[in-house]
Amino acid sequence: MASNTNFEKYKSDGSLQGNLLEWFDARFPATSMWRGHLSEYYAPKNFNFWYFFGSLAMLVLVIQIVTGIFLVMHYKPDASLNADGIPVAFASVEYIMRDVPWGWLIRYMHSTGASAFFLVVYLHMFRGMLYGSYRQPRELIWIFGTLLFLCLMAEAFMGYLLPWGQMSFWGAQVIVNLFSAIPLVGEPLSIWIRGDFVVGDATLNRFFSFHVIAVPLVLLGLVAAHILALHEVGSNNPDGVEIKKRLTPEGIPLDGIPFHPYYSVKDIVGVVVFLMVFSIIVFFAPEGGGYFLEYNNFIPADPLKTPPHIAPVWYFTPYYSLLRAMVWPLFGIDAKFWGVVAMGGGVVILAFLPWLDRSPVKSIRYRGPIFKTLLTIFVISFFILGFLGTKAPSYAFFDVIPGAPVAQILSAYYFLFFLTMPWWSKIDKYKPEPDRVTM
Amino acid sequence: MKKLLTALLLAPAIAMASGAALHLDKAPDVQGDNAALQSGARTFVNYCMNCHGLSYVRYNRLTQLGLSEQQIKDHLLFTADKVGQPMRIAARPAEQKTWFGATPPDLSLVARSRASGDGTGADWLYTYLRSFYQDEKRPTGWNNTIYENVGMPHVLWQLQGTQIMNGEHKLELATPGTQTPAEYDKTVADLVGFMVWAAEPEAGFRKQLGAGVLAFLVVLFGFAYKMKKNYWKDIK
Repeated sequence: MASNTNFEKYKSDGSLQGNLLEWFDARFPATSMWRGHLSEYYAPKNFNFWYFFGSLAMLVLVIQIVTGIFLVMHYKPDASLNADGIPVAFASVEYIMRDVPWGWLIRYMHSTGASAFFLVVYLHMFRGMLYGSYRQPRELIWIFGTLLFLCLMAEAFMGYLLPWGQMSFWGAQVIVNLFSAIPLVGEPLSIWIRGDFVVGDATLNRFFSFHVIAVPLVLLGLVAAHILALHEVGSNNPDGVEIKKRLTPEGIPLDGIPFHPYYSVKDIVGVVVFLMVFSIIVFFAPEGGGYFLEYNNFIPADPLKTPPHIAPVWYFTPYYSLLRAMVWPLFGIDAKFWGVVAMGGGVVILAFLPWLDRSPVKSIRYRGPIFKTLLTIFVISFFILGFLGTKAPSYAFFDVIPGAPVAQILSAYYFLFFLTMPWWSKIDKYKPEPDRVTM
Repeated sequence: MKKLLTALLLAPAIAMASGAALHLDKAPDVQGDNAALQSGARTFVNYCMNCHGLSYVRYNRLTQLGLSEQQIKDHLLFTADKVGQPMRIAARPAEQKTWFGATPPDLSLVARSRASGDGTGADWLYTYLRSFYQDEKRPTGWNNTIYENVGMPHVLWQLQGTQIMNGEHKLELATPGTQTPAEYDKTVADLVGFMVWAAEPEAGFRKQLGAGVLAFLVVLFGFAYKMKKNYWKDIK
């Protein structure tokens, strides 16, 4: 948004006798922003199902912020025990569930919102892989997106400690302990993160602070950057062709339609369908079969009683499997360290996708059998990694096929898919891209 | 592809079925049956609340089960002065630990925390409370088939009678109690129903509200879809 260079516009005397909007526009880019981002932002007309998830991610973000504001009014980040011998933090969540008017609804919306956020974001990212939305000139949008994903993981991880249940406590204990595997600085680093030798009140308070202030601030900033970058270059589409190549004499993309009203009314339909699914979970299955709210987390945190099986919430399990797959102490460094490297690397490698992919076309519609096959295997192995992440390492499929080596093979595939992409994306067969988008 | 997806979706179910599962009896659902829930509340207050608190539930919350505040005061209010107070026990965790080896936990959420791949929390409780048997090797004289070497004695033994483990590793009623097996099952079902209610007293209202919200969203979907169609009719 270039600053206003038209001196005439500044001559308004500040009275409200004229047009209020003119008065505003002379001082704030209201109309130009509305036009630039909505009524004259031209989006390709051929968006399909996969294009709902960006706006849905924004909706979930708003749900999380609004419900979060109300939860903070009643929640107490305090690990000390109350008169009944129950941690204050844990009891305050039950207080919200029982004594705060509509508290149960606000809390279930927030806990379901966490899972919904990841579901929507995973689908949003997968859309990018299907249609090559990360390719030039959208590399920076993709990088901002990867950073958003990292922030979201941090936000979810720290938020999960707050109910101070058994899984909250032991999950945080396991993950923070991982940092102790880093050579030399590991031990002091993990103590510095916890603020104590074990996860305790200090940890709970700082995670609360990060969860409600620090990370959301960064998230909001990154969302703004993500959208500004998108609106600078324009949206990709299921055909992967640039609509800005074909313009009307007025300079409007031939295959573009104004975001508002066309996509605003379309996204409302998506929002309503999403809210239906969301409501079914919130009102009829808020525990999500133990996947959204883990059963063990209804037991207050007990530092003296380790649960027999510690599993992260479903949205972390594929990456948890990558972490557990590393069991070899390489170069004399603890295997745990390489697990952390694998887990972190699994996310960071996504940021390099724009440079790993050498295909001449963007969309899966015009890509060849190698890509389609490898991507299908990638999706299936991601699901299996996620499933194995919810199980103990000793798990075996049908009591026969041991899960641990399967997870190791699939973890290797996860990385090889990306690392060998420059090679296989070049030798694949391609169909020619059309000139214009197809409906 | 569809077959593959179905297989993937079913994988967790198959996997859980193949694990070393506890066999749990299905607890009868008594939610909404106020007579049953009131009977469960009575059993809870008379038998369980000597050791276990229900500290997230206020006494006057029991009005939701059709009891009046006066009835609560007259028949159930033994551990507090006012009906607005939580259903606490006299806290003596150190003594309890000496007696039972562990402090008896607060039971407000037990019906939710005991859920697992094997069954709901209610199923677990329903099976657990019917699976005590006499075991001279235990300090309390009792053991349990689904919770081995449990610290809790069989508090309801006068009602159920005494079960023993027979040679075929099956439970057998050695001495009958004051209730017939069918009556005892009903007593436990009501008690478990009460604990399920106490774990989330708003659950009934939650489901009612959910039906209304979904009905509203269906109508809203109709309008939203029509509006989209209308705006988009010229886009080809």
